[in-house]
Amino acid sequence: MTLSRLPPPKHQAPPKLQACLNRSAAFGYLEAFMPRDPRVFQIMALSSLLAFGWSQRAFDILPLGALAIVIGALTAQGLGSLLQAVKFDPKSAVITSLSLILLIRSESLLALGCLAALAVGTKFALRLGGKHIFNPANAGIVGGLIFASVNSPGLFWTTPGQWGTAIWLAALMAGAGMFVTYRAARLDIPLVFLGVFAGLMFARAIWLGDPLTIPALRLQNGALILFAFFMISDPKTTPDGKFARLAFASAAAAIAFWLTFFAQQSDGLFYALAIVCIIRPLMEWLDPARHYRWGDRPGAIPSVLTMFPARHKNPRNSSAAMPPHGTMPPHSTMPPHSATPPTLPAE
Amino acid sequence: MQKKHPSKLKRRVLAALAATTALGVTGGAVAFCGFYVAKADTKLFNKASKVVMMRDEDRTVITMANDYQGELKEFAIVIPVPVVLEEGQIHVTENAIIDHLDAYTAPRLVEYFDEDPCQRVVYERMVQSTAVDEAASPSLRRDKSLGVTIEAEYTVGEYDIQILSADQSDGLATWLTENGYKIPEGAEATLGSYIKQGTKFFVAKVNLEEQAKTGLKYLRPLQVAFESPKFMLPIRLGTVNADGKQELFVFALTRTGRVETTNYRTVKLPTDMDVPLFVKGEFGDFYKSMFDTQVQKENERAVFLEYAWDMNWCDPCAADPLSPEELRELGVYWIDGGPTPQPRRSMPQPQARDVFVTRLHVSYDAEHFPEDLMFKETGDRSNFQGRYVMRHPWQGDSTCKAADDYRAGLPKRFESEAQTLANLTGWEIDDIRTKMDDGGQSFTPPKKVPWWKRLWGNDKEDG
Repeated sequence: MTLSRLPPPKHQAPPKLQACLNRSAAFGYLEAFMPRDPRVFQIMALSSLLAFGWSQRAFDILPLGALAIVIGALTAQGLGSLLQAVKFDPKSAVITSLSLILLIRSESLLALGCLAALAVGTKFALRLGGKHIFNPANAGIVGGLIFASVNSPGLFWTTPGQWGTAIWLAALMAGAGMFVTYRAARLDIPLVFLGVFAGLMFARAIWLGDPLTIPALRLQNGALILFAFFMISDPKTTPDGKFARLAFASAAAAIAFWLTFFAQQSDGLFYALAIVCIIRPLMEWLDPARHYRWGDRPGAIPSVLTMFPARHKNPRNSSAAMPPHGTMPPHSTMPPHSATPPTLPAE
Repeated sequence: MQKKHPSKLKRRVLAALAATTALGVTGGAVAFCGFYVAKADTKLFNKASKVVMMRDEDRTVITMANDYQGELKEFAIVIPVPVVLEEGQIHVTENAIIDHLDAYTAPRLVEYFDEDPCQRVVYERMVQSTAVDEAASPSLRRDKSLGVTIEAEYTVGEYDIQILSADQSDGLATWLTENGYKIPEGAEATLGSYIKQGTKFFVAKVNLEEQAKTGLKYLRPLQVAFESPKFMLPIRLGTVNADGKQELFVFALTRTGRVETTNYRTVKLPTDMDVPLFVKGEFGDFYKSMFDTQVQKENERAVFLEYAWDMNWCDPCAADPLSPEELRELGVYWIDGGPTPQPRRSMPQPQARDVFVTRLHVSYDAEHFPEDLMFKETGDRSNFQGRYVMRHPWQGDSTCKAADDYRAGLPKRFESEAQTLANLTGWEIDDIRTKMDDGGQSFTPPKKVPWWKRLWGNDKEDG
C-alpha cells in the first residue's frame, strides 16, 4: 500500500480532527498526490473566487487591469530574483496578483501595474531577520491607499461591501480558506483573528444594546473572511513561534476593530495588518522559532491550536509538540536545512 | 528565498518608485444614443425619503427632503448627528432643487425607431413623462421639557431646532416623550446605542409663525453641515416599529467618484434592456416591479445603484444637469459660479466643476438592514444609468431582401423583449405577449411572399 510511504509525523499533537485527518488512510493516500506547497491551493482558491466575483458579483475588474497587475507583479518578481540571485518562482507573485485583483480598484492601468510591482518589490526590499516584513499584497494596498489619500484622491480604492453577507458564500470561503491555511500550517491565525474580532464586535454590540445581527452580519462579510483566510494567514509574514502567532493575530484583530469602529476607517483591516507586521519582529524576538518553508508539513509546525498537549492521549507527543526554540523539529520527509533563528538588526 | 543585497535592492526599488508617477490610463465614457421618453422618479414609491449628501473628505452637508403631508403643527423629527451644530450649520432650502436632482438621476425609458432596412434613414421623436402616487411620513408631537442637556436652540426658517445630548437612553426617551415626540416602542435601545457612541440629537418642529411667513403650504428641506469622519446615514430609528419596508433614495455629491455602502452590498440595477413598446404607458409600474424583483433576488440585503454620472452632462437627459447655484445650495462648496453645464449628449472637456453624482436606492427594514448605512467614496468615475429601451419596428412597405429578413426576424425579437420583461419584473409571460400582440408587436411570422410576386410588379397590384 502506498499509505505506508507517508508515516504520520512524529512531532504532532493535534486535536482530534487533525489527528484523524493525518492518520486516516484516505488522507494519507491523497497526501501522496497532493502538492506540498500550499500556494498551489491558494492560487486555486483565489482564482475560483475571482471567477465567482466576475460571473456572479459583477466585480468592476477590467481584464486589462488584472493583466496590468499580473505583469507588474511578475516583472518585480523576476527583477528581484535576478538581483538577489534566487530561483524565479512565480507562485507568490501570482498570489499577490490575485489578492490585488480581488481587493483593490483603480481606473488607471499604469497605477495598478506599478502598485503590483511595488507590492512584490517590498518582499525583496523590506526584510528583517531573513523574512520580508510586510505581506506583499497588503503592503501594496496600504501603500496605494496612503499614496492616493495624500497625492491623488480616488486613484485607488477598495470595495469592502462587494462580497455581500451571504452566509453560504462566507462558509464556502472559510472552508476553502481553512484547507489552505491548514496546509500552510497557519490555521490558527485566521481562527484566532476571527475569534478575537468577533468577540470584540459582539462585546461592543452587547455594550451598546444593539441587536446581535449587526456583528453577525459583519462577520458574514466576504471581505473579512477573505482577509482572514487569504491575507493575514500568509506563513511567510506571520511569526513562526506559536505564542507570537497568537499575539500577532490577536493584535491584528484588536487594531482592526479599533480602526473600523472608533477611527471610522473602512480599510481598517489592511492598516491593522501592516501595523502588526511592523511590530512582528519584536514578537518573533520574544518567541523565536524556525522559519516556515514552503512545503513544510502542517503537522510539523507547532500551532496555537495544539498548545494544550496534555489533552492528547499520547504523552510523548505532548512534549514534542513544543520543540526547543530555534530548532527544527525532526521530520522524516523534510529535507535537512540549517535552522535560522530570527535575529534583530544590529541597530 | 535568501536575501543577498537588501540595501542595494531597496535603493533601486525606491528609485523606481520615485520615478513612477501614477498616470491614468482611463477608459473614456461611452455616449449613449436614443431619446429619453419617461422617467421613474421617487414619487412612485410610498414612504420614500430623499436625502442628498455632499461629502468631501470629512466635510458633509446633508439635505433632507420633507414630504410631510399632515398637520404642520404635528410635525417633528429626531435625527442623530455626530456633533453639536451651530446655527450657521443649519439651513433650509427649496424642494425644487431636490426634485431637479431626482429628475436628473431618475431611471429612464428611451425609444428608438428602426430605420428602413432598404434605405438607411433615421426617425426621431420625443414623448411624455410619467409620475404616479404620493408619499407619507411619520407624525410626532411636542409638549414641554425635562432632563437631558439642550446643547443649543435655534429657529431656522420655519423650524424650531434643538440639539440635545444625553447620558441615558431612558432619560432622553422620557424627555422626548414629555416634549411631545412620539417615540416608537423599542426606540430606547436604539437611542441608547447612539448615546453610547457619543451621538447628539437634532430635533426639529415647525414654528407656525415663521411657517406662515413663508406663504408655503409645505415644509422645506432641512440641511445640516458638519465635519466628521463618519460617512453614514442613520436609518435605525426609522426602522423601529416601522410598518413594512421603507424606501430611501440617497443622492451623493462627491468630488472623486461613485459612492457605495461598505456594510451592505451595492448592486447595479439591470440596465440597457430592450423592453416591449407597451411599457411606455406603464413605465412607473414596470420600474416598481423591476425594483421589487431585484430586491428579492438579492435577498433583500442590497443597496441599488441607479445612477452614477459626472454632473457636467448626461445622455440621454431625463433633466438638465444642476446649475452651479443649485449645487452650491446642496453643499458643493468648491463650486463658484463656473461654466453652465452642457445640457445633453456631449461629453464635456474636463472642467473645474468636478461633481460626481451617485443615486442609491434602498428598500429597508430592521430585519434586513439592522445597521446604519455606512458609505465610502470610490475613485470610480465610470458612468452608469438605469436605462430601458423601446425599439419601434419599422412600419414602411419597402420591399427588398433586407426588408424581408427584417420582418421575418421581428417575432424573435419581440419574444426576446417579452422574456426580458418577464425576467426583470416577474410579470406573467403570457400577459406580456398578449399586451404586445394588442399593441401591434405580433409574434406571427409574416407570410412568405413568392419570389415571382415581385417580378413584373405583381405585388403592387395586390396591394
